[in-house]
Amino acid sequence: MNLERRVRICLESNALSVEETAGDITVTVPAGRLVDSLMALKEHPDLKFDFLSDVIGIDNLDLFRKKKGKGKAAEEEPPEKKVKAPPPPRFEIVYLLLSLESSERLRVKIQVPENDMTVDSVTSIWRAASWPEREIYDLFGINFLGHPDLKRLLMWDGFKGHPLRKDYPLEGKGETRRLVYEQEKIR
Amino acid sequence: MKIQGYGGNGWFITKMEQLINWGRSRSPWPLPYGTACCGIELMATMASGYDIARFGAERPSFSPRQADVLLEAGTITKKMTPVLKRIYDQMAEPKWVIAMGACACTGGVFRTYSTHQGIDSIIPVDIYIPGCPPRPEALLDGLVKLIHKIEKEHPLRKQAQALLQES
Repeated sequence: MNLERRVRICLESNALSVEETAGDITVTVPAGRLVDSLMALKEHPDLKFDFLSDVIGIDNLDLFRKKKGKGKAAEEEPPEKKVKAPPPPRFEIVYLLLSLESSERLRVKIQVPENDMTVDSVTSIWRAASWPEREIYDLFGINFLGHPDLKRLLMWDGFKGHPLRKDYPLEGKGETRRLVYEQEKIR
Repeated sequence: MKIQGYGGNGWFITKMEQLINWGRSRSPWPLPYGTACCGIELMATMASGYDIARFGAERPSFSPRQADVLLEAGTITKKMTPVLKRIYDQMAEPKWVIAMGACACTGGVFRTYSTHQGIDSIIPVDIYIPGCPPRPEALLDGLVKLIHKIEKEHPLRKQAQALLQES
């Protein structure tokens, strides 16, 4: 049985869409059922995706704005398509899974709308998700419920903003890290 | 009886300065602060092929307290700036700084939110070495220029002026 069939059987109604790109399968699951779905993919005897390679955040700001009708592309699109496709949520999180037994890989995607930036943490399944989730929290500003130690990973504490968001200027907003020494703190 | 040699920039002072500068310029012990790919060129320069020891810098000092030259080789992120400042503050006088590579001089290609645009806004820099990364020859050239700069310094100028006022 090919991977797509097995994933569909395992996830049942949780698989909102299953697409194949260049031989890799991307499955979209609802954000609320994320932990259950990943747990099922890990535990299922035919799949055994027991290794979490990476967790990636995506900001679809351009698509998001175009579909909302602010850009030029929205006007060019045929009207019937415009009605059908709802505006995609701005953020996406991608979980890259690997089965150490069969060497198969799977992309699991969830969509995170801008008005609800909280996602369940998968650190209860894979401890390895801890730092990638902290990175996404740092650079995209998405909160992870149930994360043991959710704080900034790359930028320093007290940094304001989330630099990997597409509406964040590349050269920053002139942030500098203040030179604080311990002696100063004591005073 | 006043001895002529003691007053101002007299014979004793200038000869003493020459001696001090001779010692300082012949042993500029570097603190290798490699934060990026420039550090690899720095390693090549310290190895036998280019042999930085020919210019007296054969002892890389991994403690800032025994270093004379802070060899800043690589990108300094904004998160790193307090660390660099602190290491510079820990070095004992006299101290000099070489900014090696485009990143240390100006921020280089990384004109982004995370990169500090040139270390000279945190600590004083004596020698700038352009290049991305600079070749070992460029680093040696920078070191030689620093040596010439050290030789022209006046470490006893304060004492000389004090003596001038006394006499």
